[in-house]
Amino acid sequence: MDIDFCAELEQDVRFKEGLKACMNCGICTAICPAAELYNYDPRSIITSVQLRNNLQIKELLQSETIWYCGQCMSCKTRCPRGNTPGFIIQTLRKLSQKYGYFTHSEKGRQQYAIKKTVGENVLKKGYCVHPDLVSYDMHQEQGPIWQWVQQHKQAIYERLGANLDKEGAGALRKIHKKNLDELQAIFDVTNGTELYTIIEEESKKQAERMNLGFSDNIDNEYFKHVYTYNSNTHSE
Amino acid sequence: MDTAIHTEKETWGTYQKHVADDNYYYARSCIRQNFFPASEYMFLHILRKVLGKHVYDDPNHTTCTGIGYHSDIVPFETIQTVVARHFALMTEAGLENIAISCVTSFGIYTEILETWQHFPEQLEKTREFLYKATKREFNLPKNIAHTSDIIYKFRHEIAEKAVYKLVHAQTGEPLNVVEHIGCHYAKMFPTKGIGGAEFPQVLSGMITAWGGKVIDYPERRHCCGFGFRNYLVQANRGYSVSNTYKKLESMQPYNPDFILTNCPGCAMFIDKWQYTIAEMEQKTFDSQGKGIPVLTYEELAALVLGIQPWDVGLQIHQIQSESLLDALGIPYDTALKYVDKQGNQLPLPNKPNNLLH
Repeated sequence: MDIDFCAELEQDVRFKEGLKACMNCGICTAICPAAELYNYDPRSIITSVQLRNNLQIKELLQSETIWYCGQCMSCKTRCPRGNTPGFIIQTLRKLSQKYGYFTHSEKGRQQYAIKKTVGENVLKKGYCVHPDLVSYDMHQEQGPIWQWVQQHKQAIYERLGANLDKEGAGALRKIHKKNLDELQAIFDVTNGTELYTIIEEESKKQAERMNLGFSDNIDNEYFKHVYTYNSNTHSE
Repeated sequence: MDTAIHTEKETWGTYQKHVADDNYYYARSCIRQNFFPASEYMFLHILRKVLGKHVYDDPNHTTCTGIGYHSDIVPFETIQTVVARHFALMTEAGLENIAISCVTSFGIYTEILETWQHFPEQLEKTREFLYKATKREFNLPKNIAHTSDIIYKFRHEIAEKAVYKLVHAQTGEPLNVVEHIGCHYAKMFPTKGIGGAEFPQVLSGMITAWGGKVIDYPERRHCCGFGFRNYLVQANRGYSVSNTYKKLESMQPYNPDFILTNCPGCAMFIDKWQYTIAEMEQKTFDSQGKGIPVLTYEELAALVLGIQPWDVGLQIHQIQSESLLDALGIPYDTALKYVDKQGNQLPLPNKPNNLLH
């Protein structure tokens, strides 16, 4: 049976907030940083969604285009009708992952890399970002000062008033297990854990289709591929 | 005539924002704890020791998951419930005002409170989720402020205690300052930011109160280029650096002495991408080949108040700040730049190939 994507989109409050009545003026595309760099046109995405064209929406869910937006939300400020294309993108990405379509596109497949880094850090450390995550090898654009911070982090964070990996309050304190357990429980009851599982399982299937190695940690061929590969076809 | 004046006042009233005077629950920022830990330390120091305010720094506070939410690996229901847990911690601490260190988090808290106002059933569902997961309950905050709102609110009190002004020590001329406001501060919900999205005052108000001159430039409101998944995944980082490049190129003709930001990611990216661009293209956007220093508002407030630059954390910026300190007439001891808390010398960081120190 065909899935009614329109009906699913309409259940999301961000869809209700994000799409009132688009008049196709294109100011969202004019202001959009992603539209300047990628083959990306939020105006045309909103048109497809506004038409409630189920087939076009399915194509969007499998496409590269819904993954270009950087969610700066500049479109929300400028839309004369009070629409928020950025919210619509969020709802489309949600469905793309729910139905495993995200693995159909190069940019969509990157969700696995984000889940394995930021996603797992949230539940293991209690932070989206942590010095252990932002390794110099994966972030050489951070420069030699960040490399120096990484090499002497205990001394430098202590010097600057932080409390790295220690009990109590302060920057980068160790998040107590009871708090991590609460975060995990929240993920369990709100389908956050289910989304992580979908990303992991669908990525594993895709790795098999691409004949790339896959494992529980990030030291695998598929992670390296989705994290680094750029076909350079996104601005054509 | 009276009606017209009244209407104008009402219009400008929408650009104002009430910020609580005291008693804040502090919500830390993931990015700032990593890259600008001294800024958060200075916020607490200035609020508590200089201004005599009460701020609660809660060890039980966690990430809001905002970077995960805006890269679409964290569902809306999940982040609503994580934020509800923060409200529960605030409620349990006997506080009603929340002071949020991160602009991404500030946007998320604001989005969630707006959602709960427009869709009350979402609030009830979130209360159920939170109770089921943690047995916690919560009150909504009475006042929600970004920490730059709070420093802005007390900018004149800080000016009264200032040791240094934002003027050239040699000439007495005001420094040229460009400001960059994080997109999620007011672009999503303009009435929640001081001055809204069109006339944001939160940083320019600090600059002028402390003696500097705010410089306008064409791409002043362009995104820094974080773009969440567009930085988190290495293959996408061309997006991020290209947007920062566009901003820097736009401000270059105006010769800014420094850049002031209120967003964790913006401060980090505009600093670090200058290094990357220098290494990739041998290009800097200042006249000396050193890059344009990027400061947080707490770093600037602390410098103005006479706190030593290395206590403020300027040594962990990639763009070095000595030229700016010299311009301001702020003394510094180079021997103390790379030491630990006990004063022991640490090995020196490597120098970039193209960016001059």
